[in-house]
Amino acid sequence: MKRASKIYTVLIMLFLFAPIAILILFSFNGQNSKTVLDGFSFHWYEELFVDTVTLEAVRNTLILAVIAALVSTVMGTAAAVGIFRLRSKYLRAALDTVTNVPMINPDIITGISLMLMFAFVGRLMGLANSLSFWTMLIAHITFCLPYVILQVLPKLQQMDKSLPEAAMDLGCTPLRTFFKVEVPELLPGILTGLIMAFTLSLDDFVISYFTKGNDFETLPIRIYNMTKKPVTPKMYALATIIFFVILALLTLSNLIDSDTDKAIKEAKKAKKAKKAKKRNTVKEAKT
Amino acid sequence: MKKILSLLLAALMLCGCLALAGCGSSGDGDSSTLILNVYNWGEYISDGSEGSLNTVKAFETCYEETYGQKVKVNYSTFDSNESMYAKLSSGAVSYDVIIPSDYMIARMIEEDMLLPLNFDNIPNYEYIDEEFRGLYYDPENLYSVPYTYGVVGIIYNANVVDEADTGDWDLMWNEKYAGAIVQFDNPRDGFATAQYMLGIDVNSTDPAGWDLALEKLQEQKPLLKSYVMDQIFDMMESGEAAVGAYYAGDYFTMLDNAADNVDLCFYYPPVTNYFVDAMCIPKGCQNQELAEIFINYMLSEEPAIANAEYIYYASPNALVFNNADYQEEMGEEAMEILYPGIENFREKYNLYAFRNLDSDTLNYMNSLWETLKIG
Repeated sequence: MKRASKIYTVLIMLFLFAPIAILILFSFNGQNSKTVLDGFSFHWYEELFVDTVTLEAVRNTLILAVIAALVSTVMGTAAAVGIFRLRSKYLRAALDTVTNVPMINPDIITGISLMLMFAFVGRLMGLANSLSFWTMLIAHITFCLPYVILQVLPKLQQMDKSLPEAAMDLGCTPLRTFFKVEVPELLPGILTGLIMAFTLSLDDFVISYFTKGNDFETLPIRIYNMTKKPVTPKMYALATIIFFVILALLTLSNLIDSDTDKAIKEAKKAKKAKKAKKRNTVKEAKT
Repeated sequence: MKKILSLLLAALMLCGCLALAGCGSSGDGDSSTLILNVYNWGEYISDGSEGSLNTVKAFETCYEETYGQKVKVNYSTFDSNESMYAKLSSGAVSYDVIIPSDYMIARMIEEDMLLPLNFDNIPNYEYIDEEFRGLYYDPENLYSVPYTYGVVGIIYNANVVDEADTGDWDLMWNEKYAGAIVQFDNPRDGFATAQYMLGIDVNSTDPAGWDLALEKLQEQKPLLKSYVMDQIFDMMESGEAAVGAYYAGDYFTMLDNAADNVDLCFYYPPVTNYFVDAMCIPKGCQNQELAEIFINYMLSEEPAIANAEYIYYASPNALVFNNADYQEEMGEEAMEILYPGIENFREKYNLYAFRNLDSDTLNYMNSLWETLKIG
C-alpha cells in the first residue's frame, strides 16, 4: 500500500513536471528539432537576446505586471479592510459576492466588455486610440484586485481584534494603528496577494488580447501570434527563464508564509507558557 | 524574517520605479521622437536571429541617419486577417502600416478603411514586378504594395509515395496512401482542394458547386489521417503523414527540419491557389508620410532580401529575386519552386485566387464544412 502511494505520487509529479523538464532540456538543444537532441548549447539563449521585438515584449509584460501588482495590492488591501469593517452583515456579503464576480467571470467576457467600455469612453473623449498601455493596465488591475482581496480578508478575520483596540487604547491614532499594528499582521496575506497578482498579470492572454493598444504588445500575445509557424526554440529558452523566475518567487512566498506561521505558533506557545507560569505562580502564592 | 520582507519590498519598489521610468521613455517620450505603429503577421519579418538583419531596428537607425530625427517603431503582430480586421474595425486602435492578405485588402477597400498611398514617397515601388500590379484586390494600384506572395502546392514523402502518382490533386484522394494524407483544417482552403480538382470556381456563389465539392471531400474523409493547420509541420517532418497541401514557402521550413528517414518533395498541381500579402495604410494613420517611408524602406534591397530569406515566401520585388546572393543562399531548387515562372502570374492569380465571399456563401460554406466534420 505504501509503495503504491509512493508510485502514485511519483506519477503525478511526472505528469506535472515532465513537460517543463522537456522544454528546459530542448532549450539547450544545439539544433532546431523537437525530437533529436544534438549537444548542449546556449545557442537559443543567444538568439533570444538579439530578438529585440521579443525582448521588448518581455519588458512590456514585466512593466505591466509590476505596476498592476503594486496598484492592485494597495487598492485590494484598502478594499479588504473596508469590507471587513462594514457593520451591516448583508452589505458585507453583497460586497463579497461582487468582488468575486470578476474572478468567476470567464476571461473572455471580462476582456470583451472592458474593450467595449474603453472604445466607448474613448470615442466620447474623441481619442484616435482608445486602447493603449493605460487601458491594459486598468484591465489588469481589474482582474487582479479580487485575488488580493481574497488573500487579505482571511488574515483580517484571523487577526486578534484586541490588538488594534489595545494600540488605540494606549494612545495610537487610528492611522498609526493601521500601519504599525494591522499591516504587520496582514503582511503575509498582502504579500501573497502581491505575488499572485504579479503572476496572474504576467501570464494573462485573453484580457490583454482584447484590451491591447497599438503601441504595447505583451509576451503571451506575441507567442500566440508566432504559432502560425513552428515556434523556434528561443521561445523555449525564454520560457525556461520565466519558469525559474516564477519558481524563485513562489519559493520566496512560501518561505515567508512558513516563517510567519512559525512565528505565530511560537507566539502562541509563549503565551501558553506564560499562562501556565502565571497559574503556577498564583497556585504557589495560594499555597 | 523582517529583513527578507523589507528587502523583497524594496526590490519590488525599485522594479516599479525602474519600470515606470522605462515606460515613460518608451511611451510618448520626448516630443521629437516620431512613433510608427506597425501591425503585421507573427514571424513575418526578419528579426535579427541567426545573424540576420533586425529590420525594425535597422529602419530606426536608417531613418535617424537620413532625416536627423528619432523614430520609434511599435511593432505588433496578429494571427489572422480576421482578428486584425476586428481590431481595426472596432475603431478603438489605429495603426500606421498593416500587412493583410489580398481578400482582406479587397474588403477593407470596399469598406473605405484604407488610405490611398502617395507613391512619390515610395520610389522603390518601381522594383515591384509588373505581374504584381493590377491584381484584383487593388486593380488600380492605389492602396497597396505587395510584400510576399505564395502558391499552394502538394508536399509528399518520396520514401512512401510513388512518383508516378504525383502531379495533380488526386494524390490527396489516392487510396494507396490511406491514413497518411492530411487535409487543411479550415473550410476555405479545404474546399478549395476539391474545387480545384473538380475545376469549379473557388469564388462561385452557386451552392451546387459547393455541394459537389462537399461530396468529393466526404469521399476523401475516410482516407485522411486528420485535418490539420500548423500541426502539418510536425507531421510531415516526422514522417507521420506522407501527403499534404501547404504553401511553398513552408515546404522549405519543413525540409529544414525533416527527420533523416523522410524525403520531402513538392509539386504544384496544374490549377492551384495563390495569395499575396501587401502593405497598406489604414484610415486613422497618424503620420502617413512616415508610414510611406517605412513601406519604401521595406522595399529597399537589404531589408527586402533579409525578409525574404527569413520568411521563405517568394518576393514580388525584383531587387530580391534577381539578386545573385539571394539566389545562391536559397539554392537552385528553392528558386525553381518559389518562383515558378512569374510570367502570367497576374492572369492565373486573378482567375484562381480566393476573393472575398459574400456572407450568404460564407455561411453556406461553413455549414457544409460542419456537415463534413461531424458527419
